[in-house]
Amino acid sequence: MKKLGKQTLQLDNKPSIINTAAIVGPKELNGPLAKYFDKCVEDEFWGEASWEKAESKFIKETVSTVLGKANVSSSDIDYVFAGDLLNQCISSSFGMRDTNIPFFGLFGACSTFVEGLCLGSVFIDSGACKNVLCATSSHFCSAEKQFRFPLELGNQRTPTSQWTVTGSGAAVLGKADQGPYITHITPGKIVDLGIKDANNMGAAMAPAALSTLCTHFEDTGRSPDYYDAIITGDLGHLGKDILIDLAKTKGYDIAPNYNDCGVLIFDKKTQDTHSGGSGCACIATVFSGYLYKMMKENNIKKLLLIATGALTNATTSQQGESIPGIAHAVAIEM
Amino acid sequence: MDYFQSIDWMTMLNCFIVGGLICVIGQILIDKTKLTPARILVVYVTLGAILGGLGIYKYLIDFAGCGATVPLTGFGANLAKGAIEGVKEQGLLGAFIGGVKASAGGIAAAVFFGYIASLVAKPKIKKQ
Repeated sequence: MKKLGKQTLQLDNKPSIINTAAIVGPKELNGPLAKYFDKCVEDEFWGEASWEKAESKFIKETVSTVLGKANVSSSDIDYVFAGDLLNQCISSSFGMRDTNIPFFGLFGACSTFVEGLCLGSVFIDSGACKNVLCATSSHFCSAEKQFRFPLELGNQRTPTSQWTVTGSGAAVLGKADQGPYITHITPGKIVDLGIKDANNMGAAMAPAALSTLCTHFEDTGRSPDYYDAIITGDLGHLGKDILIDLAKTKGYDIAPNYNDCGVLIFDKKTQDTHSGGSGCACIATVFSGYLYKMMKENNIKKLLLIATGALTNATTSQQGESIPGIAHAVAIEM
Repeated sequence: MDYFQSIDWMTMLNCFIVGGLICVIGQILIDKTKLTPARILVVYVTLGAILGGLGIYKYLIDFAGCGATVPLTGFGANLAKGAIEGVKEQGLLGAFIGGVKASAGGIAAAVFFGYIASLVAKPKIKKQ
């Protein structure tokens, strides 16, 4: 393992993504990626009494699915890195409480999944661990309640708002002869350009994505065309366009091979999600369900995965604070 | 037939237009400004109270009936009207009592029916 430039770590021992799993909710079931997910649940409560309980069930079931797919038992997992959007990361801790795996609770808002991949891959690369697990979850209903208004109020969503993905994605990392491998990680800095609108997260997070993107290229000496696909987490339709424009001003043309998970997961015409998907589960499910399979089938050989997060909460937005953004990147290659 | 003949169709049309316009303004505020629905709610109630207090809102009620009383501005106007009446009856103390007294029916009904609804209905994910 060695440090490149300011922020990037090059992982020499090739931590492999052994397997992934994704379970999603009812809205995602009707989206264009539905067939790639391991399971689509039609009931947003998934038989539980509350949305919070349902979200914990999502992460719990996804973890048990990925362990089954990777053919490892929970006792073979050295550490789990998990996080979500609810206060004190309760979805993850309640979802993981019966697993008996040493637990790191992470909060990086919607960037948490890649934050977990960054940390997990370093643990594997160090040689000290055999397997680690990375998982995140989010739920539309619990997130609306946490960050905006309770659904019972029935108020309208604004045109720039994004739709929190209901679901969970999980990945098992380990040493294996088969790819895809995590070759580089570029953890991001906090970037805040003063956007205050909690219903316009894409615009708030795009500058953070730009910072991490440019730093990754500078540190590694790579250019956008090195990658078959550059995928951001949940900038949505608005944020995606902003990032393409911002990257152009820095001399990087990412438009040909760039897309965003918030754009991919829902159909803009038929699903009326306004600016697209968001949430911890957005990049987690799109990567674990769709992109991972694309890599396994060699349709994507080199992927730059950049998860974006808005480091805000309901109190700071009520107090008129701006929204600090963050973005973490991992380079995944076959 | 008597019932249909007794309907004042003109007031119904006015009611529809005025109530609709108040909602259209709210929709524009949601779509074009950064105001949250909660703030728009507060603005409407406050505006209704000011217009009611100045005696302007009652002309809108005369013109449009429920088109003016049912939206949130009507609640604000009712608060102001109650407060003014309260002052007339009880003096300064009435300014604090009158508004809520005049709206007591609406407030209690909202709590009561809200509770009933929570017993029989379950919140659901939005469709859009």
